[in-house]
Amino acid sequence: MKLNYRIVIFALAIAFGLVFSAPSLLQMEKGKKVTLGLDLQGGLHMLLGVKTEEAVKSRIKSIAASVKHFSEREDILIDELTFDESAVDFSVLDSDELPKVQAFLKEIEGSVVSVNGENVSLSLTPEEVIKTQKEAISQAIETIRNRLDQFGLTEPVVARQGNEKILVQLAGIKTQEEEQRARELISRAAKLELMAVDEDRAARVYNMSDADAAEYGDVILEDVKNPAIKYLVREIPILDGGMLTDASMGFDQNNRPLINFKLNAEGAEIFGDFTGKSVGKRLAVVLDGKVYSAPNINERIGGGAGQISGNYTVMEAKDLAIALRSGSLLAPIYLMEKRSVGPSLGADSIKASMVALIGGFVLVIAFMVVYYRAAGVIANIALIANLFIILAVMSLFGATLTLPGMAGIVLTVGMSVDANVIISERIRELVYEGKSMHKAIEDGYSNAMRAILDANVTTVIATIILYAYGTGAIKGFAITMTIGIFASMLTAILGTHGIYQLLEERISKSKNNRFWFGIKG
Amino acid sequence: MEFFKYTRTFNFMGKSKIAMVFSIILVLASYALLATKGLNYGVDFAGGTIIQVKYDTTAPIDTMREKLKGNKLFNGASITEFGSPDEVVIRMKSTTGNVTVDIGDVTRAALKGSGKFEIRRVDIVGPTVGAELKEKGIMSLLLAVLGILVYVAFRFEWRFAVASIFALVHDVSIALGAITLVGLDVNLDVLAALLTILGYSLNDTIIVFDRIREGVTESRNSELADTINESVTRTLARTTLTSLTTFFVVFTLFMFGGEIIHAFAFTLLVGVVVGTYSSIFVASPILLWFGFDVKGYHEKLAAKTKREAEKQRMRDQYESGVM
Repeated sequence: MKLNYRIVIFALAIAFGLVFSAPSLLQMEKGKKVTLGLDLQGGLHMLLGVKTEEAVKSRIKSIAASVKHFSEREDILIDELTFDESAVDFSVLDSDELPKVQAFLKEIEGSVVSVNGENVSLSLTPEEVIKTQKEAISQAIETIRNRLDQFGLTEPVVARQGNEKILVQLAGIKTQEEEQRARELISRAAKLELMAVDEDRAARVYNMSDADAAEYGDVILEDVKNPAIKYLVREIPILDGGMLTDASMGFDQNNRPLINFKLNAEGAEIFGDFTGKSVGKRLAVVLDGKVYSAPNINERIGGGAGQISGNYTVMEAKDLAIALRSGSLLAPIYLMEKRSVGPSLGADSIKASMVALIGGFVLVIAFMVVYYRAAGVIANIALIANLFIILAVMSLFGATLTLPGMAGIVLTVGMSVDANVIISERIRELVYEGKSMHKAIEDGYSNAMRAILDANVTTVIATIILYAYGTGAIKGFAITMTIGIFASMLTAILGTHGIYQLLEERISKSKNNRFWFGIKG
Repeated sequence: MEFFKYTRTFNFMGKSKIAMVFSIILVLASYALLATKGLNYGVDFAGGTIIQVKYDTTAPIDTMREKLKGNKLFNGASITEFGSPDEVVIRMKSTTGNVTVDIGDVTRAALKGSGKFEIRRVDIVGPTVGAELKEKGIMSLLLAVLGILVYVAFRFEWRFAVASIFALVHDVSIALGAITLVGLDVNLDVLAALLTILGYSLNDTIIVFDRIREGVTESRNSELADTINESVTRTLARTTLTSLTTFFVVFTLFMFGGEIIHAFAFTLLVGVVVGTYSSIFVASPILLWFGFDVKGYHEKLAAKTKREAEKQRMRDQYESGVM
């Protein structure tokens, strides 16, 4: 028995495989483990799109709101303040005030102002439109991430995919209800607006159409609890959720859940100014286009704190507070792709693929021993080592094991014995030719090497391309195949070569080719 | 144990015409199937919705149909058994973009009262994503073939590369034909299987080619057909064995791997069989027919050896200070 460098490396590789696959195999508390893909542990995968044009629209709307607030604060009389999806228009009644207005508008980033007599029109530059759209996507990612971080799932994935898609992956979702809750939380605009009720016309709201309301610069909004109750409110809000600094769940005097919110300094000032001027009128608290309450203003409200009462459960109020706190979505999101797997299906898939893995494994191992005898046993040692190493490498890098990934491992079992088949056949040939055992082994390996290398490289080319172009679960297949091929180079070529070198003398002496290689002579 | 003895050389090239006719018939039949019946693109590529529902007892498919009828979203929805009588899959072309209430939620509501059920899987692929995946899929197949072509041309010779690509196209075509024949849904997993077939079948072909390369280099016999016959014979044991072991595992995957992995395993199963056949009966004869020039190859090799010897001589001279 001669020790050689190959057997040492092989032993180290086996030790590596055993040590690092142990945490995953034995489900140990400590140590890095293989992550199970969503298809195996159950979970939700979504690809979301962002309706960026809505972000531009709401940008215009908020410019309109600030123009209104400016004119009121500076006592500048303006008229016919309107906006559409691309521009804000109004007229300044006293043309002496124009320079002041223009100075104010100049401060608004990325805007183009055109003045025609007393008519002022403001629109956004094309660059600003693109910037707004880009921001809407980044902001959506940020917001969704914030919300999910507070939702209480482990390691939610929120990432940008391509230029304008958002990838959301939630592992470990147990029930349908939980999934729906998560989706609601993600997609909720959470757009809070405080709006003035148009008291002059409020009484006629039930006889008005949306077009009638628009003529007065109003909109008709429904009550959240009872859609039959309608409110006529000024279209341009007093302020919106952008000025919110905090939101949390609380309870009212009847122990019903409600949401407390706080405004920033600017918001508090605007809120104070408005309530001071509007005593006796109503203020509508509007969330996502629905009126939650419309209390009477009894006095000026300073401090910038408020409440949203509604008819929600504790859970709903909690989620709503998370959504408000994380900021509103500038633009609505929509579903481009969704894949959800229930945990029971994942467990079934694990079971089925384990059966296939073990079944295939046993067949291959038995076959190799029958056909090659001792050489088969040596190949099987390499095969088993290969499995441990695949698992170890995946655990170490935190790679994800998916159902196709399991299939990749199963396939590796079949293909990794290939190297040993090639080598054993070569050795058999050389033994038949009457070469010495030493020469048969060494030449067998060197002859087989070229073919094995070429074959493996081409397979790796295919798997790398699969990894680059594949999505989700399919990537898992490419990963296990690639690791399996590299591991097989180490185990099936280097490792078995080491074993043969170790046993060479014995094999030579015994002259029992039937026992060692399964051939006569 | 031995399947084949090394004392006898099989005359594979003598049978190559018959094999070629057989191959051409199979490939043409596959194309005919693809042209007439067409590939059945699943949701991954066509876009659409898949909902997998498991009932506590046998799934009441008729009741389900009745219940889904009312909603426009379910127009053209098909309900089929999936693996067991308890489990069904609802397939439809329509998708919904609403995140809060998606088509899965709508289905759950619609099926209420049809028995105790659990929705185990919902796949919704919007049309844009489907088109993108399709584009990427075709791209990946083409790139894989191209990458392999370049590598084989670099390691062997261009005729080897072209012959192996022919074999690959042959395998993938027949696998696609088989998929069409059985009417499997073509999804991402089938694409992965096709790419694996590429790798696998090439593996086989390369082992044979490697032997041919070796034979051509070593033997003085310039009759390529003889060299091929001998090379194929000598690798026959390996080809059969590896195919068998791979076949074993793919077969267990096919039998026990579960319904979700069924299409994947089926594609591989066909691929293993066809790939083994093609590396013996398709790739090598093409090499012969392309007129791989043994003499030319010998001359090239000789020239290469000469060049290297010359280089070595120059280096020796340089080192010994002659120049």
